[in-house]
Parts: sequence; structure tokens; C-alpha cells
Amino acid sequence: MSRTLQPPGLRAGFLLVGGLISTAALSLIWTPYPAAGINVAHRLQGPSWSHWFGTDGLGRDVLSELIAGARVSLLVGVIAVCIGLALGVALGLIAAATRGWIEDAIMKVCDFAFAFPALLLAILLSATYGPGIVNATIAIGVANAPIFAKLTRSAANGVLAREFALAARAAGRGPIAIAYDHVLPNIAPTLIVQATIQFAIAILAEAALSYLGLGAQPPMVSWGRMLADAQPWLLLSPRLSILPGLAVGLAVLGLNLLGDGLRDALDPKLRGRA
Amino acid sequence: MPAYILQRLLILMATLVFASFVIFGVLEILPGDAAQTMLGTSATPESVAALAHTLGLDKPFWARYLDWISGALTGDLGVSYTYGSPIAPLIWERLKVSAPLALIAMALASAIALTMGVYAAERRGKGGDSAVMAASQLGLAIPNFWLGILLVLIFAVWLRIAPSGGFPGWSDPLKALEALALPAVALGVVQGAVLTRVTRSALVEALNEDFLRTARAKGVSKRAALWRHALPNALPPILTIMGLQFANLIAGAVVIENVFVLPGLGRLILQSINNRDVLVVENCVMGLAAFVIALNTAIDLAAAAIDPRLRARES
Repeated sequence: MSRTLQPPGLRAGFLLVGGLISTAALSLIWTPYPAAGINVAHRLQGPSWSHWFGTDGLGRDVLSELIAGARVSLLVGVIAVCIGLALGVALGLIAAATRGWIEDAIMKVCDFAFAFPALLLAILLSATYGPGIVNATIAIGVANAPIFAKLTRSAANGVLAREFALAARAAGRGPIAIAYDHVLPNIAPTLIVQATIQFAIAILAEAALSYLGLGAQPPMVSWGRMLADAQPWLLLSPRLSILPGLAVGLAVLGLNLLGDGLRDALDPKLRGRA
Repeated sequence: MPAYILQRLLILMATLVFASFVIFGVLEILPGDAAQTMLGTSATPESVAALAHTLGLDKPFWARYLDWISGALTGDLGVSYTYGSPIAPLIWERLKVSAPLALIAMALASAIALTMGVYAAERRGKGGDSAVMAASQLGLAIPNFWLGILLVLIFAVWLRIAPSGGFPGWSDPLKALEALALPAVALGVVQGAVLTRVTRSALVEALNEDFLRTARAKGVSKRAALWRHALPNALPPILTIMGLQFANLIAGAVVIENVFVLPGLGRLILQSINNRDVLVVENCVMGLAAFVIALNTAIDLAAAAIDPRLRARES
């Protein structure tokens, strides 16, 4: 495969993620109507020139809600992945640098955390602090950390055994300097690929939590909330239940394709595997 | 093998204790006062103190933790604040819906993963493989609860051949299974997509091994080599991922139960959050975590039984 001829999956991924980002950016300056603008007189209208995707059960413009929802999904995804990266990379580096029982303990905690999906963590946080988008984002972010910790540790162990890392240690560089100068640049591609996949998982988790009422609270618009609000109107207006789910699906598909494509591009050995 | 089993059981115990600490810690130390959470911000200090006393919250942390654990071991989980009834039977009643739902969904996911994964691995690099991989990519992208909503729309609203939600109870098993069918499909298909990819890649790896080439050279047919040699070798990693995925399946079930208004554990948890019934949430989450952790230990043991190499390496 030549470098100029990108695989179609990667290109589709770039297009879909680009669409998501530009939609979210657009929502900052313009939506056809205020996304949370309730107008009961115009509720449950079908698609028309003034409302391309119609209006929902409270008369809100569906297109405006979809555009604004992209922003929430993107923001939750970015913050959750950053939390996961910060925690996970720190834990993974500590594990790789210390070895011995600290490494074992950190890895055992990560194994345990795998049994604890973001949703259960969000449920625990919501039960104590009340539901909200901040708690949901923290829960998704913390649940992201173990996978980054495991990746960082195994990649860092490989890098630390190489000559340049040994040379840096012999030259008297401290562990933090070695991690920053030598380990991180070497494991960055692996982390970027995983971050893309975790981004997709975060968007799915946010949609599920907001659907349950444990994520975005009114008047904040989110695709998950739109799906929850649409359910009473399934018989009258199935469009309201179809469009937000489609938006979530396209965003997640784009991120997954981008992640897979990047992994193949960065590591030809893995091409064609899971 | 006995040493290995003992080791896994010890790890299981340690993990369960750790899990109980985390859950108890998050729910009972961080906020400072569960009674305040239950009664809301408008409650008087006297009523908060009174509730804290009835719930035993005025005892020190260790005493409360030991009360909870010793109660759990004897089947006494305390009394629900909103329902006014013991929590253990409440959870048991809900499990009669949630457990069958999770099991049917897992069976469905495994069936999808094995058939599709084997099909794709047999044709790796060809059209059939690409089609399966593309379909699984779609399965990964679809939120399971949205698939649930779409299934309701198609089979309950348009075709009218399935109930749109609710649960009639197990007195009529056929009706009960009918009520669980759409939720199980919504859960199982998405999990099946994840597991199909895992099955395919584990099989492709096994197919590249030397012993498989030897088997083929000795005249074993391609199909027999795949089923008799590649699949048993690919099974341990597939089982391990299945176990890990079960946690996600359970989390998915919480959401799906709310789509289909099923009176399972997921709905109980959500209602308890809305009612600020901290004790019920605590016990439900601990129960779910304990189940997932125990299941993963069982799968580790099963994988070791299938694959002696794994046992030798880890003990």
C-alpha cells in the first residue's frame, strides 16, 4: 500500500470526525434556532423549510438541538480522554519506573477497574453527589484510565530497556526527565490510537448516561437526552428517536475508523487484525 | 492445578474486599453524610441526625463497614429507606428479570461471535471477511439502547409482533421470554460485534501457528484444522475478553431495562438514585461488581483447564 493512497476507512474516519468537530464549532456561533428554545405552539411539526428536521415534543428545532448536541459530545469526550490519559499515563509510568510490588499493585487495581464500567462509576457518583454532566464526565474519564495505564506500562517497559534510555540513566538523568524526553515520545503513537478509540467509547457512555438522566441536565442539549425526551413520541414522531441515535452512531463510527486507520498506518504489523 | 486454583481464589477474595472498600468509600466517606443526601438540602439538622441514628451512620467508619460486610455475608443487607422493606429480597426479585436477560444476551453474543468470527477467519482478506468486519464496525458504533428503541419501533410499533416493554412475570414462561426477546437482541447484537472481532483476530493468529501448518501438511482438511486445532487454541483469549465484556454487558443491561421498562436491577438502581436510597444503590453496585469479578475468576480457571500452557506460566 503506497503512502499516498490512504485506506478508505481512514479517509471516512477523517471525514466523519471532521464533520463532528466542525458541527460542534458551528454551534458556538450559530444554530438555526436557540437549541433550548421551547415553543409549545409549534411542537411535533414535521420537516419543513423553516424546520428542516421538524420540532420535538416541546417545539424545539431538532436541527438546532442536533448541532448543539455535537458540542456536548465532543467536549465530554475530550475532557474524559484527557482525564483518562493524565491518570493512566502517570500510573503506567510509575509502574514501569518502580517495578516490584508497586508495579504489581497498580496493575492489579487496573485489572479490578476493568470490571467497573464507566456507567457503574457514574451511578455511584450520581447517588452521592446527584446526577450531572460533570460527574458523568469524571466517571467516564476515570474509567478510561486503566487501559491507558496498561498500555503505557507495557510500552514504557520496552522503551526503558533500550540503549538510549540506559544511556540517559548512565548520564545521570532522573526518572522524570527520562520519562518525558525518551519514553513519552516513543509511546505517543500508541496512546493517540487508543485515545481515539476511548473517545468513541466516551461518546457512547455520555449518550447512555444522559439518556438515563445521569448526564446532561436541562436546559443543556445532548443527543442522549434527545433520545430520552423522544421516547414518549415514538408512535407519533419516530424521526425524533432516529436522528439523535444516528448522530451518535456516525460520530462513534468516525472515531473508530480513524483509530483503526491510524493504527494500521503507524504499525503495519497490525494491519488487518482486530 | 490445586495451587493455581488456590491462588486465583485468594486473588478473588482480595479483589472483592478491595471492591467493597471502593464502593463503601465513595458512597459513605466522600459526601460526609448519607442521611443528608437522602433527606435533601431542606431537611432540618434534627431529622438528619435522627435518620443517621436509625441507619447507624453515627457509628465510626470501621464499625459501619464491618456491619455492612457481616450483614451481607449472612444475607441481611439492611432496610431500604424508600420501600421500607429488607433490601436482599428486593434485589432477589429484580434478579429474576436481570439475570435471564444478561444470560440470553450473552448466549446470543457468543453465537454471533463464533459463527461470524469463524466465517471471517476462514475467508481472511476476502470479500466475506470484509463484509463481516464492516458489519461489526457498524455494531460497535450503534448505542445498544438506541438499537433497543429502533427494535421497539420496528417490531412493536410498526409490525406489532412483539411487546414494546414491561414484564408479565415468570408465571407464563413463554410470555416472559417474549418480553425479554427484544431487550436481549439489543444487548446481544452490540456485544456480538465486539466479540466477533476478537474471535476473528484470535483465530487468524492461531491459523498462522506452526502446528496448524503441520496439521495441514499431514492431510487434515482446512475446515477440520480450523475447528479441531485453531479454535481450541484461540478459545482462552476469547473467553478472557468475553469475561471482561460481561461488565459492559451488565452496564448495558441497566440502560436497556430502562428502554423496555423491565423491572430489573437496572431500574431498581435508577429509581434508588432518584429516591436518594443510598443503601440500595450501594448493595446493587456491590452485587454487580462481585458477580463480574467472580465470573472473571471462573473464566480464568476455565481457560487454564483448556490451556495447560497458561496454568504453567501463571502458577
